Amino acid sequence: MNAALGTAFGAVGLLALAGSLLVGAPYAQLRGEGAPAGLRPYTAEAARGREAYMALGCIYCHSQQPRDPRQAPDAERGWGRPSVPADYAYDHPHLLGTMRTGPDLFNIGARQPSRDWHLLHLYDPRAVVPGSIMPAHRFLFDVGGAAGPEDVVVNLPGGGTAVARPEALDLVAYLLSLDHTYPVAPAEGSVP
Amino acid sequence: MNDTLARLLALCFLVAVVGLLGLVWAVSRRQFTHLAAGARVIFGPGEEGRAEDPVAPSPALLQRSLGVPPPAASPPADVADRTRADRSSRGPVLWFVVSAVVWLLLGSLLGVLASVKMHWPEVLDASVYTTFGRVRPLHLNIIAYGWLSMAGVGVALWLLPRLLRTPLRGGRWAVAGALVWNVGMVLGVAALLTGHTEGVEWLEFPWQIDLFFVVGGALAGVPLLLTLQHRRVEHLYVSTWYIIAALVWFPILFVVANVPGVHFGVEHALVNWWFAHNVLGLWFTPMSLAAAYYLIPKIVGRPIHSYQLSLLAFWALALFYSQVGVHHLIGGPVPTWVVTLSIVTSVAMCVPVLATAVNLHFTAFDRLAALRHSPTLRFVVLGAMMYTVASVQGSLHALRSLNTLTHFTHYTVAHAHLGAYGFNTFVFFGAVYFLMPRITGAEWPWPRLVSAHFALVVAGFAVYVVFLSIGGLLQGAAMLDASRPFMESVEVTLPYLLARSVGGTLMTLGHVVFAAHVGGILWAASRRRAAAATSMAPAAQEVLS
Repeated sequence: MNAALGTAFGAVGLLALAGSLLVGAPYAQLRGEGAPAGLRPYTAEAARGREAYMALGCIYCHSQQPRDPRQAPDAERGWGRPSVPADYAYDHPHLLGTMRTGPDLFNIGARQPSRDWHLLHLYDPRAVVPGSIMPAHRFLFDVGGAAGPEDVVVNLPGGGTAVARPEALDLVAYLLSLDHTYPVAPAEGSVP
Repeated sequence: MNDTLARLLALCFLVAVVGLLGLVWAVSRRQFTHLAAGARVIFGPGEEGRAEDPVAPSPALLQRSLGVPPPAASPPADVADRTRADRSSRGPVLWFVVSAVVWLLLGSLLGVLASVKMHWPEVLDASVYTTFGRVRPLHLNIIAYGWLSMAGVGVALWLLPRLLRTPLRGGRWAVAGALVWNVGMVLGVAALLTGHTEGVEWLEFPWQIDLFFVVGGALAGVPLLLTLQHRRVEHLYVSTWYIIAALVWFPILFVVANVPGVHFGVEHALVNWWFAHNVLGLWFTPMSLAAAYYLIPKIVGRPIHSYQLSLLAFWALALFYSQVGVHHLIGGPVPTWVVTLSIVTSVAMCVPVLATAVNLHFTAFDRLAALRHSPTLRFVVLGAMMYTVASVQGSLHALRSLNTLTHFTHYTVAHAHLGAYGFNTFVFFGAVYFLMPRITGAEWPWPRLVSAHFALVVAGFAVYVVFLSIGGLLQGAAMLDASRPFMESVEVTLPYLLARSVGGTLMTLGHVVFAAHVGGILWAASRRRAAAATSMAPAAQEVLS
């Protein structure tokens, strides 16, 4: 078994080296990081909305990690200052994303603070953003029924109304909570 | 911070010294000279120069295309060894390969649906079960864990007894592993369909369902250990190293990345991409290389070009590939030194990639006429070429300047397919064509379908990769120009996304042809066995070239 064992041990050893460098060392470095003073924990509603964000797969088209202005014009697009590890103190799991088929959402709550805009955008994206390729989320709304006094009603552009289901309201609460415009110290040694 | 850096530097120095000592030891013990002979262990005495491809329409033409005099008949002992090896792995290999093909069909249909939705968002948008955000992760997980993982294990189970010259031991464990793995897949698909996801790319399956993959994978690993213990070869061929390494790497990665309640915030993103890139680099890639290192020499009847180089390539891959993952987070909110480390190792990947390229390509280089007569070789050689292209491309756009343009765009998706499809999937196609006649004893019933499959997937994939790459670059350029509104970066991609759907559809049609043919050979095999059983004749001697 000598050669086989040697291969297996060598393979495990090198993976352990990689793991300690790429995961272990940053784990130790980042563990003590507290939340910035300006960052609030998610409300129960926003936390449920975050689950909806995951379950609906928003992450496959939207990132949450504005880049440094020296690297890319993210800030000029209104996506915010470069994010730092502390900004994600309450994020389990992380939702950094790797695609920008749609815009970065790290500060969508500050850029677009209207609940009605978000609800209509979810119901019919192309009604508010012509040319958008985002899927409509009409399944998060009830159409045609009578609205109760407590219901949140969306007025549709072509006439008619839709009632937002709790999941839609939670999701919008999460999107509105994405506001990281508070000041932070720039990340140490940040290089674009 | 400076402390961390100093410790890292010291560690790197230490690793370099250990590596150097290892090299000195290897040279002093003449390991390299010994090794050169190792390349021949997959041939019996006098077998070199013999072309072998069970799919070849004309074995005689294939043999002539090599341009060398054909050797005498293979030694009966070697033929008997291989026949026994193939019979012993039949059950487990069939379970894994056939399951993989079914998952490939389902996964590619979902891939086409996700692709169509990108330029035609109204398609099937009424139901939450078919919204883009559900279809996209289903496609990825079904292809990664259903097709590529199961095909990889299937090919490995077929290779092992051949490489170790002994029947597969404990094949039933692997069959049980295939069943448990499939149960995990079905549950995972149901979970994602209903929105039960961990929310982390490549790690979407809920951790409770991950346990099925841990158990299924462990069961499939049992025959490896048992068969290794009974091996009847002096030297472990390079394919065996890759299989051993992959089978220890993947479980470690899978458990570390999926363990619940440990990872947090940005650190989670690091684990995420360390894992995701390693699934490709340390799981699909070693399995595919194991197959390529076996099949190319076998088909062209010549040992690997430089066996010493394959040793270097193996250890360089293990060292560098395991550290490249964080190039997915360039510009992200993670410690810069981790990103830099990943960029450096990404570029260093040129070492194993070029070493492997030299090896695989030079083995077949002056026998490329065989491509005309060997369908298997076409798949495997094209796959090996894509490995070179995809890896060099990956090294280049890990550089910060290029990454700024390509990050967050469809270009990355095209690149990922160049690796997982162009390389891994093509090699597995070739391996399945080679192994199915060997383990079932039947012939592929419709040889023309192999050419149809090849034409469809090559044409479809060329369209896919070329157009999506261009679209992604245009998207990136539009996004970096602050004077252009964001919507321009969406609009500019639309024709390319449409082209991607056309390419993906052709690829999927190719997969339908492939799956039908796999069904055909299974049917032919069952007819053959039924006929053999009724005639009570002694089992026909397996015809192995």
